[in-house]
Amino acid sequence: MSGRVKLSLGVAFVALAILTGCERPRPISEQTGYRGTGMVELANKRENVKLAALNALPEASPKADSTGPKAGSLYKNVQVLGDQSVGEFTRTMLAMTSWVAPNEGCNYCHKAGEDFATDALYTKVVARKMLSMTGKINADWGKHVGETGVTCYTCHRGNNIPKDVWYSAADPGTVKGFTGWKYGQNTPVAANGYSSLPLDSLSSYLANDGQVRVQGATALPANYAVPPMGNKASIANTEWSYSLMMHMSNSLGVNCTFCHNSRDFSNWNDSTPQRVTAWHGLRMVRDVNNGYLTPLESTFPANRKGPLGDVAKVGCATCHQGVNKPLNGASILADYPELKKIGATVAVTAPVPAVAAAPISVLGKIYFAIGKNEVDAAGKDAITAAARAMTANAAATIEISGFADSTGNQDQNMELGKQRAIAVRDALKAAGVAEARINMKKPEFVVGSATAEARRVDLVAVGM
Amino acid sequence: MAMEYQNLFTTVQVHGPAQLGMPLPSGGAWSRGNQTFINRWLGKIGDAQIGPLYLGTTGLASLLCGLLAFEIIGLNMWASVNWSVMEFVRQLFWLGLEPPPPAYGLHFPPLNQGGWWLVTGFFLTLSLCLWWVRTYRRARALGMGLHIPIAFGAAIWLYLVLGFIRPLAMGSWSEAVPFGIFPHLDWTAAFSLRYGNLFYNPFHCLSIAFLYGSVLLFAMHGATILAVSRFGGEREIEQIVDRGTASERAALFWRWTMGFNATMESIHRWAWWFAILTPITGGIGILLTGTVVDNWYLWAVKHGVAPMYPAFSVPVVDPSLLPGAMK
Repeated sequence: MSGRVKLSLGVAFVALAILTGCERPRPISEQTGYRGTGMVELANKRENVKLAALNALPEASPKADSTGPKAGSLYKNVQVLGDQSVGEFTRTMLAMTSWVAPNEGCNYCHKAGEDFATDALYTKVVARKMLSMTGKINADWGKHVGETGVTCYTCHRGNNIPKDVWYSAADPGTVKGFTGWKYGQNTPVAANGYSSLPLDSLSSYLANDGQVRVQGATALPANYAVPPMGNKASIANTEWSYSLMMHMSNSLGVNCTFCHNSRDFSNWNDSTPQRVTAWHGLRMVRDVNNGYLTPLESTFPANRKGPLGDVAKVGCATCHQGVNKPLNGASILADYPELKKIGATVAVTAPVPAVAAAPISVLGKIYFAIGKNEVDAAGKDAITAAARAMTANAAATIEISGFADSTGNQDQNMELGKQRAIAVRDALKAAGVAEARINMKKPEFVVGSATAEARRVDLVAVGM
Repeated sequence: MAMEYQNLFTTVQVHGPAQLGMPLPSGGAWSRGNQTFINRWLGKIGDAQIGPLYLGTTGLASLLCGLLAFEIIGLNMWASVNWSVMEFVRQLFWLGLEPPPPAYGLHFPPLNQGGWWLVTGFFLTLSLCLWWVRTYRRARALGMGLHIPIAFGAAIWLYLVLGFIRPLAMGSWSEAVPFGIFPHLDWTAAFSLRYGNLFYNPFHCLSIAFLYGSVLLFAMHGATILAVSRFGGEREIEQIVDRGTASERAALFWRWTMGFNATMESIHRWAWWFAILTPITGGIGILLTGTVVDNWYLWAVKHGVAPMYPAFSVPVVDPSLLPGAMK
């Protein structure tokens, strides 16, 4: 062999060794689906050691006596932890301090030099709402959190604000004007996994109920007029949905095949049980964001809000932080059984005392055609039914909120949502509902996803 | 040494008087230039003589339209990073010019919401078609067959299906491909996801088979000719007319190794057909997607193409179909 041939062979060998030896140590691969389908979960021992250290549980303090007088009877202004014994209450307060404000201490929420009972600091109001949220998750969202449950630590991990929260993002391009439009995408940021996909998909799917499912449900195009077969999802919708999936994948440190068989993403028969957990998780996150975080908008100071003035919201990463089970599946709630004793109703703003909210029920949803604010036949039926229900409940009032989808001009969409609400109000008045009983309520997010679901007006009855 | 300058890998470049070729047929508005020059570096990979060029009306119009489309795309991308040169370079692969949102259907949207995309598409299409006319006219002028215009037309067919014919059939410009490096790749992924996995589309299968086949044929033919160039095999036309030892050896090689050989002439038909069938079948596959088939996986199940696998875990049921399920 000549020197030149030897040299080329040597270079080729080294190049191969570099290319094939990219990952060390050799990844652990676990088969999770039928052979040949490529359903495999990959893990790396070295990364696992790092993740285990990041997800270690903090040491639990000694258990408290659950007997004795209740915190609610001894202390003033205890709205959600009143059922805990004084010992449990103290333990909860100390645990919260170490989980959320280890450096700031009690004064992070309780104003120094003032009565512990006052709600002088906004952080205390937020903490109360968050306790209420924790109670709701553990009580009602077992289909996602299982017996493991959540505590403040699941998200906070010693930080005042959990690490992976998100805010709504403005269109990165120039929306107004002559040129420079980006259609909410084509900008590499963490939220879209540094891809060209839409970067504010979380607003559509985690703060609004945007339709995640985009794949055709039938082999041939179905009759769009007949639900649930009709599927008019566009390629644009698909990119939004895809962006959400990237968020889920990054948050959990898993690939698509953790939940799906990638040959037929939408088919449940080929999916893994984890997809069901994820399905409930999406709805849990919507509940958390719309029921607990967004209502705090007037409580949070401006410096805690995002560029569009919205509060920090949770996504999958907020709890998961890179592992498919937060804290690697360890239950910190098991160490703190008193956290299961949380009352339900919480006042949002500081000075307002807790009052039992009037019962609320959804009376109907009126859907609209793209860009239109005319009520169609189905909408008129829904309005007639709502008017009948209002007649039957003389004390009830009705709230009207108009929405629009995310396609097209943002300002026009805001106006369109309003015009739709006005059209429904007029129809309700025509159907015999007194104007005094109708409240026009501007929703937190007028503009939803790019789906038919977003083009609607919600009718909500209060006190029915 | 004597043969070296005739080999494909030209180590010796012989420069004589410029070869101007046959004169253009008279009657055209343009006459061909007679400027030529020699480039030693291009001579290493092809012919060292550059020119004489002939652009003509269609060629010039095509270049202008193409330049216009290119500029509109580039300026829109630049505007989308607020005219920052640094960000334009940094984000270049991510930037794009998007078609209008679905709400506009086939209407003409505002310029800054897909209008520029339509304008660009118009000029790019015009540019490609004018260049096609040029290939047709030049082939005719030289008394050649129409193989090149037909092959180029096949590529234009796929381009038109993606950006014009299928969006028309679907009633929405938003179905079309954005301009941009990563944006068009995201479109590709989203297209397959939306329509239930394009790998189950039989025309997509055919297109891939022809694409890979083209590559294989190209490699086989290139390798064969290089291997017999020491016997004069790269002078293929001479070998077609007067089969010499290069042809004999090449043919014998393939008969020995796979029992069949193409001829010096037919191998070019093989390559041409594989090449043009790649975009033709691909275009058919794209055109059928969404218009007559909504989910290719389910289509494949319906026709017994996709296999069913035994359950691996506990059976999974769509939670939204359970009684009392949330939305």
